Amino acid sequence: MTAAKVSAVAIGASAGAVQALLHILPPLPAALPVPVMIVVHVPPDRDNMLVPLLKKRCALDVKEAEDKEPLKPGTVYFAPSDYHLLVEKDRTLALSSDEPVNYSRPAIDVLLESAAEAYGHELAAIVLTGSNHDGAEGLRAVTAAGGIALVEDPQSAMSGAMPAAALALCPDARVETLDGITAFLAGLVSA
Amino acid sequence: MTAGDEIEDIEIQLFLEALHRRYHYDFRHYAQASIKRRLVQARVQLGYTSLSAIQEAVLHDESVLPRLLNYLTVQVSEMFRDPSYFRALRQRVLPHLATYPSLKVWVAGCSRGEELYSLAILFREEGLYDRTLFYATDINPDALDAAEKAVYPLDQIRGYTANHQKSGARTSLSDYYRAAHGGVIFDKTLRERVVFSDHSLVTDSSFGEMQLISCRNVLIYFDRELQDRVVALFRDSLARKGFLGLGSKESLRFTRHAASFSPFVPEEKIYQRAEG
Repeated sequence: MTAAKVSAVAIGASAGAVQALLHILPPLPAALPVPVMIVVHVPPDRDNMLVPLLKKRCALDVKEAEDKEPLKPGTVYFAPSDYHLLVEKDRTLALSSDEPVNYSRPAIDVLLESAAEAYGHELAAIVLTGSNHDGAEGLRAVTAAGGIALVEDPQSAMSGAMPAAALALCPDARVETLDGITAFLAGLVSA
Repeated sequence: MTAGDEIEDIEIQLFLEALHRRYHYDFRHYAQASIKRRLVQARVQLGYTSLSAIQEAVLHDESVLPRLLNYLTVQVSEMFRDPSYFRALRQRVLPHLATYPSLKVWVAGCSRGEELYSLAILFREEGLYDRTLFYATDINPDALDAAEKAVYPLDQIRGYTANHQKSGARTSLSDYYRAAHGGVIFDKTLRERVVFSDHSLVTDSSFGEMQLISCRNVLIYFDRELQDRVVALFRDSLARKGFLGLGSKESLRFTRHAASFSPFVPEEKIYQRAEG
């Protein structure tokens, strides 16, 4: 299963996202050969504080996703608050103001489903800590398209509900601790 | 990509082509990922087994069209969405507009009218309403009808009121509506100077000599080619030094006509038409 070429990574996180992302992103080198797209549930009236926070601590370039922006390796793209983040088949980013999904905008399902379409088996998708079930349907779309599915271990996650929901729909997903997820991502450099 | 995905992509292309040829609604240059989500949602909720089945239905039965359009076009919005945008219009743009004896404002893609009435209230608060003509356009007849009726759900009013206050309100939002039909209806004097019109940014031509065009969270649904067309349409519809307001995450950066505009309030995505 590890032989497949990974061309992009998509991550979803909710409650506990800040600590989880601070754990896995800062160790990654600027030479990471893939783009990383991230949806974190944040209230609609607040700017995404994760961008400045992580920018300071990461070797990777960290930014808020812009509509029509081409994806670049070594770059982390966060969904802006109050917009869904999607990927087009030409591997540019798209934003949408459509109604919330799973009571959330941005929604993890929306990112994962569109990324699965754009990247197929070249996508690795990760569902991290959270207290709802967003991302489960999206992860199922990722596995259906032949992509790699990783789920944070519900036992060690700050909030286990979201990873558990993802595992319920994708029982074959790889279960990893945050250290295991970091190692997987770091492994993309030499792959 | 699975075979199912591939078939669905073929179906989407054929469906959009059919819609265009039969009804002249042209979604062929909408951003694909979003239009696909909406079509799949329409298929599931309208109870069709495939997009080919919807295509057959809509080709032979006109009554399917309005329901379908509601999936393809209507966007949820709110009054004074992004209050800082309205505050920037109030503090930075309207003082310029106040120097004109008469004004034209175009709300392009007005959907159910939330943005239109926000602007109408803003212009009234700043003493410009009586000299302004508003053009509110959309391609969806149901949405235009709802905009003209100006009835909104009661449970939205708290949010609208908070947004309005944050925009630097000089009046209370409750001055403009009363309870009706299980919701609230906005004062008809707010639409005395509004022209509602069926207009497509995709296929129709420019409106003349606007001082302000507000078109927020519409361009993100278009592909780059269509964005280029629409931005050119806005340029040609603006008076000299006219203003263009976009959604908070939209920009002219990736369009061909960026040089036709200069940023006026960059953080609120308010542009001014450049000279020449």
